[in-house]
Order: sequence, then C-alpha cells, then structure tokens
Amino acid sequence: MAKEYVTTREIAGPLLIVDHIEGAKYNEIVQIKAVDGSIKNGQVLEVDGDRALIQVFEGTAGLNLGGTRVKFLGRGVEVGLSPSILGRIFNGSGVPIDGSSAIISEKRMDINGNPLNPYARNYPSEFIQTGISAIDGLNTLVRGQKLPIFSGSGLPHAKVAAQIARQAKVLGKEEKFAVVFVAMGITFEEANYFMEDFKQTGALERSVMFLNLANDPVIERIATPRFGLTVAEYLAFDLGMHVLVILTDMTNYCEALREISAARKEVPGRRGYPGYMYTDLATMYERAGRIKEKKGSITQIPILTMPEDDKTHPIADLTGYITEGQMFLSRNLFQQAIYPPIDVLPSLSRLKDKGIGKGKTREDHADVLNQLFAAYARGREVRELAIVLGESALTKADLIFVRFADEFEQKFVKQSEYENRSIEETLDIGWRLLSIFPVGELKRIRPEYIKKYLSRYTTFSAGDTKNAD
Amino acid sequence: MKEKIGRVVKVAGPLVVAENIPQAKMFEMVYVSDKNLFGEIIEIKGNKASIQVYEDTSGIGPGEFVYSTGLSLSVELGPGLIGSIYDGVQRPLDELRKEYGDFISRGAYKPALNREKEWLFEPVVSKGATVKTGDVIGKVQETPVIMHKIIVPSGIEGEIISIIEKKKVTVEEVVARVKTMEETKEIKLFQKWPVRIARPVMKRLPPINPLVTGQRVIDAFFPIAKGGTACVPGPFGSGKTVVQHQLSKWSDADIVVFIGCGERGNEMTDVLMEFPELKDPRTGRPLMERTVLIANTSNMPVAAREASVFTGITIGEYYRDMGYNIALMADSTSRWAEAMREMSGRLEEMPGEEGYPAYLASRVASFYERAGRVFILGSGKEATLSVIGAVSPPGGDLSDPVVQATLRTVRVFWSLDAQLAYARHFPSIHWLRSYSLYVDMLSDFYKKEMGEEWIEIRQEAMKTLRREAELQEMVRLIGIDALSSKDRLIMETARSIREDFLQQNAFMDADTYTSLKKQYRMMKLIHLFNKLAAHALDKNVGLDKILSLPIRIEISRAKLIPEKELKKFDAIEEKISSLFNTLVKEVENG
Repeated sequence: MAKEYVTTREIAGPLLIVDHIEGAKYNEIVQIKAVDGSIKNGQVLEVDGDRALIQVFEGTAGLNLGGTRVKFLGRGVEVGLSPSILGRIFNGSGVPIDGSSAIISEKRMDINGNPLNPYARNYPSEFIQTGISAIDGLNTLVRGQKLPIFSGSGLPHAKVAAQIARQAKVLGKEEKFAVVFVAMGITFEEANYFMEDFKQTGALERSVMFLNLANDPVIERIATPRFGLTVAEYLAFDLGMHVLVILTDMTNYCEALREISAARKEVPGRRGYPGYMYTDLATMYERAGRIKEKKGSITQIPILTMPEDDKTHPIADLTGYITEGQMFLSRNLFQQAIYPPIDVLPSLSRLKDKGIGKGKTREDHADVLNQLFAAYARGREVRELAIVLGESALTKADLIFVRFADEFEQKFVKQSEYENRSIEETLDIGWRLLSIFPVGELKRIRPEYIKKYLSRYTTFSAGDTKNAD
Repeated sequence: MKEKIGRVVKVAGPLVVAENIPQAKMFEMVYVSDKNLFGEIIEIKGNKASIQVYEDTSGIGPGEFVYSTGLSLSVELGPGLIGSIYDGVQRPLDELRKEYGDFISRGAYKPALNREKEWLFEPVVSKGATVKTGDVIGKVQETPVIMHKIIVPSGIEGEIISIIEKKKVTVEEVVARVKTMEETKEIKLFQKWPVRIARPVMKRLPPINPLVTGQRVIDAFFPIAKGGTACVPGPFGSGKTVVQHQLSKWSDADIVVFIGCGERGNEMTDVLMEFPELKDPRTGRPLMERTVLIANTSNMPVAAREASVFTGITIGEYYRDMGYNIALMADSTSRWAEAMREMSGRLEEMPGEEGYPAYLASRVASFYERAGRVFILGSGKEATLSVIGAVSPPGGDLSDPVVQATLRTVRVFWSLDAQLAYARHFPSIHWLRSYSLYVDMLSDFYKKEMGEEWIEIRQEAMKTLRREAELQEMVRLIGIDALSSKDRLIMETARSIREDFLQQNAFMDADTYTSLKKQYRMMKLIHLFNKLAAHALDKNVGLDKILSLPIRIEISRAKLIPEKELKKFDAIEEKISSLFNTLVKEVENG
C-alpha cells in the first residue's frame, strides 16, 4: 500500500508542490484526493530531494493545503490495450465515455513510448489516394507520413480531414485500416461532426476516439495525444493495421504546454512558448512511420489553426520543421467559394517523390506536377501585377498565365466534398489545363511525355474558359 | 571499472543533479541508476554535480546511485566507422536494433566498433623504427574505396619494439608496441578521443581548391572551398535538406560525415536506404562506402543531440588525420543550439537572446573552427575538413541568434528562399542574397579548370541577374512595354540563366549532377545567345524575332545532355551563330 502524503506546500496554477516525500520518481503518475473526496490525476515534473513538483491534469480547483492527499503510484501513465479497443470512445485521460465497460487489456504500454530507432524505419513510399486533386496531384500523401493541415479559424479544415479519412486508400490493395481520432480542446460540435461522419460511413467501428473538449481540463490535453498515439502504435505494429491519426487542434495542445511552462516560471521562448516545444512536438509527430518487416503504418494528419493565419507563429513554424510538409488552407480561396481551399503553392509534401511515378501513380506525374506548380506560380505573380497595372499592361504570354491560374483554381483545386477523383482523373485535368500553353512553355515536362499525353487534349478550346467566368 | 559513488538528489527532465561524486570532472561520463543511463557532467557546484543524461529519465528519483567512469565523453576511432549509423553518442543503431528491437529502450548499449569483426592489418613500418604521434604504422582496407591508416595515437613517441605480420585482427588486438621515454605503449586498431577537444594538426593553411559539388548554383556562383565552412539557412519547406543530401551525394570529398541532428526520422531513413544504392560518380562504388552517418532524430533524447555534432566532427577529424578530404554536413545546427538552450534553461543559467545561453556564439564558432585545410601530423600531408551546417531559423527570420552567430563564423552563405521554393525553383538558393568569400581564393583553380573566360562570364551573369531585379521593380511600376528592347533582352537572358542554368532537378538522373566542364558549356550557351542577340538588336533585328527562335528550347534542354556527349554543345553553339547570322543578313538585305 503506497503512502499518502498530506504535505502539500504550494499550489500554483496547475502545479502542486509536495514536501517530505520518499522515493518519488521523475514522470511518475500520482493520484490526488481532494478534501471533498474527488480524485484527480497528476504527474511528477521534477523531484528535488524530498520535494516533488506535480502537474495536475484535471486542474487544481478544489485542492487545499491541509486536506489534499497525494499518492505516488510508482509507474508512468499507461494505457491498457486489446483488439477490442476499436470502436471505443475515451475521454482525454483514457477513461471510456461511451457507456461500455473498461477495456480488458492484453497489454499495457507507457503513453510516452520509446523513440523509434531510425535504422528500423522503413521509408514511406506507398501512395495514398485521397481523391482530392490538390493533395493527390501536387502534394501527394504517402503511408507513414505526417502531413499537417495549417488552417485558420473559420476555415473548413474539419471537412477536409474528414474527407481524407473517408476516401483515403492505397490503390489495388484491401488492407486492415483504422482511424485514431484525438480531440484537444475543440468544441463539442466539431467533435460531433467527425463522429457523425464516421458513423455514416461506417468508419466508427474501425476508429478509436480520445476526446478532450473545450470545457475539459486543459492540462489533460498534454496526455491526450499520447494516449492516441500509443493506441495507434499498438494497432499498427502489434496488429498490423494501417492507422490514420487525426490530431486536432494542436494549437490548443501548445497552449496547454505554455500554461504549464508559465506556472513553472521557466524562461520563455518565442511568444511565451517554452524552449523545449520543438522537442516536445517532435516526440509526438515522430511517432508516425513504418517499420521494416512490419505490416502496419501510422499516418498522421495534425490540424492546427494558426493565430491570425500567421505561419511564422511558433506553433506552425515548429510543426513545419518536424512534419514532412504541410497543407495550407487559404482564406482567400475559401472566400471565393473554392472547396477544398488548399493553397498549393506554400503547401508541400516532402515525401511525394518516393510515392509517385511509374508503378505508383503514373509516369508523367512528377513532370506534370512541376509544370503545374511553375505555371500557377507565374500566373499568380502576373495576376497580382495586373491588379496594380491593369490587364492592358500584360503581354500576350502573360495573359495566358493569368487565364491558367484562374482555371486551375476553378477546375483543378475546386471539387465537391464528396467527389472522389482517381489519380488518373486528377492528372488528366492537369494536362487539359496545361494544353492552353504553347509547347515551348512546357519546359518542365520531358518531350516524350508531351508527345504521349498532350495530344489527347489539344482539342481543348478557348470556348471552355468562357463557362468558367 | 564502475564504482558506486554519488547519489541522485534532483531530476528535471534530462538534467540530473547528484551529490558526493568524488573528483567529479567537467565533461566526465557517468552512468545514472541501475538502468545504466548514460550522461555527462556539465556543472559542478560544491559537492553537487549537474549531469546531462542522454536518455529518458522517467522513473529516476533521488537516492539512486550514480557511477563514474573517470573518462571524458569520447568516441571510438578505428576501422568500421565507415558505413555505420550511430546515434548522437556513437551507439550503433543497426546493432541496437538487432539486440533491443525496433524501439530504442533505455540503457541499451553496444560498442561503437564491432568487437568480433576481423580486419586484415598490413604493417608499413618495421620493428626498430621510431614513430611519433600521427605516423602511420599500418593499414586496413576498410571499404573498397577507403584505405584506413592506423596512426600512432596522441602522446605516443618512441621506438617500435614489436609489430605483427600482415594478418587478420579484431580492433581490440594489440598490433604494435612502442617503447616511449617512460613506458611501453600498446597500439590497437582503434583509439579513443574526447569529442569536445579538437584533434591536433601540424599547421593550418588557407583553402585554395573548391569542393566540387555538381550543383550549378553552388559551383558556379557561390563555391565552397575544401576546408571551408558554409551555412544554409532557410525556412521550412525551402529545400534545405535536399541541398544537404545533394552535397553529401555528389561533393568530391573522399569521406562524408552526415549528422542528422534533431531532424526527421524518415529523412534519415531516406539517406539510409538511398546511399547504399547510389553510386559515387568518381569511383562507381556505393556512396555508403565513404559515408559515416550520425542520426539523432528529433524524438531521441535532447542531450544526445547536443553531443552529436561533436561526435561527428571528431570522426571527421580522425579521417582527415589520415590525409583525406572530408565533407561534414550538420542538419540542423539550430536543433543543436536548441538542445543547448534546453540544457541551459534546466541549469537555470541567465539566458541571453531568445533564451539561448550567452555562450551560444562562442560554441558555434568553436565548432566551425574545427574545419580547415591543414598539414597533418606525422607525414605532414595536406588534408581538409569542410563543414556545411544547415540552420533552421524560426519563420525563416535571419535575425535569429543562431543564424547570426553562424554568419559571423562561416565564409559561405547559401540563402534559401521560400518564394523560390513555392515556384519550385530548386535548389532555391537566392542568387542575390547568397555570397561566398572564397570566390577570389578559388579563381586560379577555375581559370585553370574552366578557362580564362569563365571569371568574366560568371561576372556578366551575376550582373545580368542583379540588373533583372532592378528592371523588375521598374516593370512593377510602369509595365513591361516601357522597357527598351535591350532591357527586355536582359530580362529574358536573366530568365534563361535562372531557369536553364540555376534550376537543377535533384530527382532527374541527367540533371542531378553537372560537371564543371558541362556547367561551363551550359553557361556559355546562354552567354553566346545573349551576346549575339544584343549584337542583332544593334543591327535592328526585332526582339520578337530573336525571342521566337526555336533554338531557345534547345538551350533550355541543354541540362539534359549527358556528361558523355558534351560535343553536342558544339553543334548548338554553331547553330546559334548561324541563326543570328541569317537574322542579321535578312535585315541588312531588307
């Protein structure tokens, strides 16, 4: 029977300092009983001699100095696992909230996990078809990748994420597939949107959900994604499933991290976020991947809303440095009623080169992709110029680029929420759009592909563009 | 070897404070608790020592033992380094996986150099010879391309009293005995060296030869010298890592040390899976046979990340001391600086700028200062160690303290630009903001290798690009029509330089590496076209006519001409000349 300590000396924000303890360990989990008998959970952040600093997940409301009883449990935070975890819904601390009984675990794992040996990793190279042209065509997602959605408040990131979860598949394969959904501080409505969507498509029974909603304890959010990722590791590497992890919203997570850091009076880094935020985020994002000689994989789609759409904000910035690319949602496109409002220029999938090409998508994919990017970038540049100077100042060649940029947004990027385009369709749209250029402008495409594919679309006439206007 | 001494009093993340370690030394290696967590003493106050622990400290608490080793944090140097992949404190990751599984569990340990593997040792000196530090006593063929020289470790000088015949030995076997003034020393195939101390050299020299990388924007415009230092800062998504990978693949160094410091796991895997397949363009052998990899990815313990750059550069120096040219890549030094910041914060040191420790700049400088062109100890032969560090400034902001500290030290600056990356202009090294202070030092080499003209052509190209930026401003204000034909030609030539020369596709076989000869020919095509076009304009040929010449497509595709068929350039040059002749004649004849 573990000792209970009543020697709490200080309570500050989410932190508790307890004196005269024996044998406390770093990162150990503690149970805290308040005077009114309610139980809270916490974790040791620091031990210094006989004093321990504890973060309380459920917040310190109701705790006092005399009557608070603290018990050290001698283990880290763990999650119980078994195949029956699929289809279940938990709160942010891993307690079932779907009315069913607790999981009878076959295995317990520490939620912090261990770093994956880089040597054991297998390079992600299997193309995932999401059915969304802006992703498949230009910022291709592959299995084992971590590709965040950089969004802003009011943008439809939830819809995009749900569409990916609904449509994602690897061509020509039927494999065990699961979704782990982790909510951190999002509204009930948003969480419910995902739940309803999963229910309708029958994905719910292949899902595991961890919900820490906006009115749930803030500090609990530190642990929530780690529960989710530990479950994902179990499903992927023990049960051999392909797991898609959706983490939303990382901004709330980072704010919880900042709260603890401030309470500990640590030297703040940029905008008050702690200096170790990069390392902290990395220990989660890096849990995506594949392992050699193992069947499963973990693909992560974290969502973060950038305050003021500012991508240099520390949360977006540090995330971008760890993840393998990013998908930017653009307010501008959204206001033009273009769904999905993915701004392809700053978006990037770092792993796409291994996932595209002959035998994976199509031989011409890489060249078409480069050409589309280059042409669209130039089109946008010229379009901005036209705003300043007026269209009359543009050369004939420039005008074609402007027309291309408009068409590209309307025909390539824009699609409906339930439209599932195959990669062939996506590339064909790309070729059709490129066919308005003289062949000499298509510098990024190998001549043999121009010969093979472009001829199919030269019938594309200027008349089509009228309809788009 | 291990004595029970000292006890833990405090644990805060990777920082552990222990008391009563007798004769605790700064940077001494210790083991914490019975779990054998490996750490290093970084501060001593009275009877308390602060230890940065290279592994996760969960479950460690006050009262546990700390075991001292008496040694500084050192690396093992000997045959078997090449082709290996280590973590930040030189644990072999492949061996760890065999022993401990896919995840790195705590306290996992395997020696850096395989103790069972036998190497064929061949002596080059005989009994009775006098040797001193740095002299070669024997050699081992480490890989088909690298001859590993067994050199006399530091501090040993005297007469060889025994040396073994040519035979197979393991790294731990004694191959020679040296009688020094005081005692007899044994020499094995491997030695140890403390990572935080630079290995000594005979003399340091200024660099004179370029490190040829096959990357056009680098070799032609912003070259780095062998023995030089460079830094690549850029926001995320600007292609920093691809630049680093390209350099480690194609640069003409004998040995490449690649440090993945706090970066993505999948990127390291890419290197790991790709390098064994890739062929060194000069030897035709797999690149792995000349590469040492250090991988301390972002999710691995932060303290080991701090050590990783030192581990890497010490290995680099060791091979330099055999007379080789080494290129060391560190991706990314920002993560290294952040690791320093984290440890500094936990030590409750007074922070400098942005929370970085006050000694940030001096640490950065002392790291880069270990690069150089030198005469090595022993034979006095020339060897170089070049260091290329990536920096990842937050938000791409170059006023970041790590960037600023780095720029004060390094001589080459490749500024990566997000706008270029968005337009898929790769490598996205910005031609106006980057610089290389080696250009003048290397001009003799370039004149010899690429022809006297080269310096001039290069300057002309730079001038065109600079002029383009000015003209673009003008176009923005008053429109392209306001430009004279001459200025529009400059714009077109600049575009050609950017798209047809500077842009290089790392993923296209014919384009990923360009020899200096081909770079010269490519640049000359653009130069020639521009020269003749300007001449034609003088002769009243219309600009539209010039710009619609189909030969321009051939210029733009010149990058795809294989290295073996450089003769094709002659044909294109001739064609350009004759086309312009015809144009001018047409106008003259009315």
